[in-house]
Amino acid sequence: MSLSQDALTQLRVKANDVRQGIIRALEAAGSGHSAGSLDMADIFTALYGSVLRHDPNNIEWADRDRLLLSCGHIAPVRYSAMANFGYFPVEELLTLRKFGSRLQGHPERVTLPAVETTSGPLGEGLAQGVGMALAAKLDKKDWRVYVVTSDAEHQCGLHWEAMMTAGKFKLDNLMCIIDRNFIQIDGSTEDIMPLEPLGDKYRSFNWEVFEVDGHDMGAILETIEKAKQVKGKPTVIVANTIPGKGVSYMEGDYTWHGKPPNKEQAETALRELQADRERILANV
Amino acid sequence: MSEVTMDGETLHLHGYTDATNVKQVPTRNGFGEGLVEAGLKNKNVLAICADLVESTRMEAFKKACPEQYIEIGVAEQLLVAMAGGLASAGKIPWIASYAMFNPGRSWEQVRTIMALNETNVKIAGAHAGVSVGPDGATHQAVEDIAIMRVIPHMTVVVPCDAIQTKKATLALSEMVGPVYLRFAREKSAIVTTEKTPFEIGKAQTFREGTDVAIVACGILVYNALIAAEELAKDGISARVVNNHTVKPMDTAAIVAAAKDCGAIVTVEEHQIHAGMGSRVAEIVAANHPVPIEFIGVQDRFGQSGDPVELIEHYGMGTTAIVAAAKKAVARKG
Ligand SMILES: Cc1ncc(C[n+]2csc(CCOP(=O)(O)OP(=O)(O)O)c2C)c(N)n1
Ligand SMILES: [Mg+2]
Repeated sequence: MSLSQDALTQLRVKANDVRQGIIRALEAAGSGHSAGSLDMADIFTALYGSVLRHDPNNIEWADRDRLLLSCGHIAPVRYSAMANFGYFPVEELLTLRKFGSRLQGHPERVTLPAVETTSGPLGEGLAQGVGMALAAKLDKKDWRVYVVTSDAEHQCGLHWEAMMTAGKFKLDNLMCIIDRNFIQIDGSTEDIMPLEPLGDKYRSFNWEVFEVDGHDMGAILETIEKAKQVKGKPTVIVANTIPGKGVSYMEGDYTWHGKPPNKEQAETALRELQADRERILANV
Repeated sequence: MSEVTMDGETLHLHGYTDATNVKQVPTRNGFGEGLVEAGLKNKNVLAICADLVESTRMEAFKKACPEQYIEIGVAEQLLVAMAGGLASAGKIPWIASYAMFNPGRSWEQVRTIMALNETNVKIAGAHAGVSVGPDGATHQAVEDIAIMRVIPHMTVVVPCDAIQTKKATLALSEMVGPVYLRFAREKSAIVTTEKTPFEIGKAQTFREGTDVAIVACGILVYNALIAAEELAKDGISARVVNNHTVKPMDTAAIVAAAKDCGAIVTVEEHQIHAGMGSRVAEIVAANHPVPIEFIGVQDRFGQSGDPVELIEHYGMGTTAIVAAAKKAVARKG
């Protein structure tokens, strides 16, 4: 499957919408996680806009693909992508983290069923993905499971138990996508608890490993497509991302892990993103 | 300054009744300060951090005692198990994360490696309670007191303000044995002063009273004091007990409260099931049964919101305490 230039441009514009939604939501909330949310905007757009078998108007569709966000703190990117792909009105993003909102600080399945599971406590997504993928195999169903995880979640023991299990059961209907932004709360992952060589670790657990520039829409779609063709093994995509991607003063700075932009900062961010959007459109 | 005495000793409490200009400091700051002092005093005191150095207030310790600081990333089970190893070689490790994850995630390691194994590990549980606010239910630990107090050998302390949290951190560093210290994220009222005594296992009567005893722990002790002031206006004399040590609980103080006042209200930022108030009920039922009302989270999960909004929503505000006290008094019959 290769998309037309037009379709690619449309997805890039959508990713820009998703980023703007993240900024607006975080600014209104006055708390929340900027860096990781922004850096996964391209991947969430690719997933909701092209990869997933899903229907925002039929969230209980039994044959839908399952998308799990293991690192729940980057909920704003998922919420913004969901809003931009028809799950709820974009204005609802402004209720993020507020009393009574469906958009809880960390995603909750009971309040917002389309998130598939409750997350926030790190390292628990892949294991649930393994369970879902096994269920699909047992029922001989062709729906797939996508698990988005952060790099620092690879410091949690449960994630490795799940990796081993996915290898054992040859879950080729399970794809793990890693937000490899090299940051966590206290600094660089390689200073806090080194993860490299990360791809080799998956390989030795009997996974097929892919790497991609997490901000290249064409490459993201191509890599996911390639990974879907793998038979007899679970697949992982190490997505190299820049924390805070799209907002100059946040890019590469780990201190934006868990901070929202204030009013002025949000205005600057939205101005930059708007300029990006015009650039994307001009290149057509 | 209000001059309350207990066992002939003055408590040197802060003037707590003026809700408008009371000084507010997060209890976690007290932990951070106490940890530095403990580390400078004894180089066997270590701090082990799981990617939350700023939130847990271990940052100052990292600067002051860099050789005694260890960062291990997002791994709370490792936190406990590794600390157990360090403790068995003579170290005094403080391990910190959000209470939800440590001791939430690491419970069985705590039971086996710290308690059954009797190692000198100290858990600091940060961001406890619904007052964490916008992060929501996944990050609001309201079951941690229950899962810690049920383990034999554990000492469980929930100090009432930042100053007391500092004193507790120092005292717990010096006692030998497994420990759980619980504190909160948001700013909360300072009710004690530097001179207020603190002793592990000894509840403090912050206000004398004879009609009902409000037994509280943690940052809600302040709400209990304000509620007592309100009750006084209605002619109800309420005793306020700062029950900071949940385990081993000060049985004598609880029995005295039951006997002297004939009715009790317990107040905690925690599930009412199996928390501090439940332990009070166990003691009262066994020794001197009286009516008890329970203020806390009523078997529900938290949610996103503003901290004060959530304290009110979950029925832990001053008005709710006043109403519970009146109900307890009415039930005396
Ligand atoms: C089990 C658990 N421990 C601790 C935390 C607190 N916490 C939230 S995010 C995070 C790590 C951040 O690094 P990463 O997951 O790579 O996310 P990024 O900063 O790249 O968005 C931590 C320790 C948590 N959510 N869950
Ligand atoms: Mg990261």
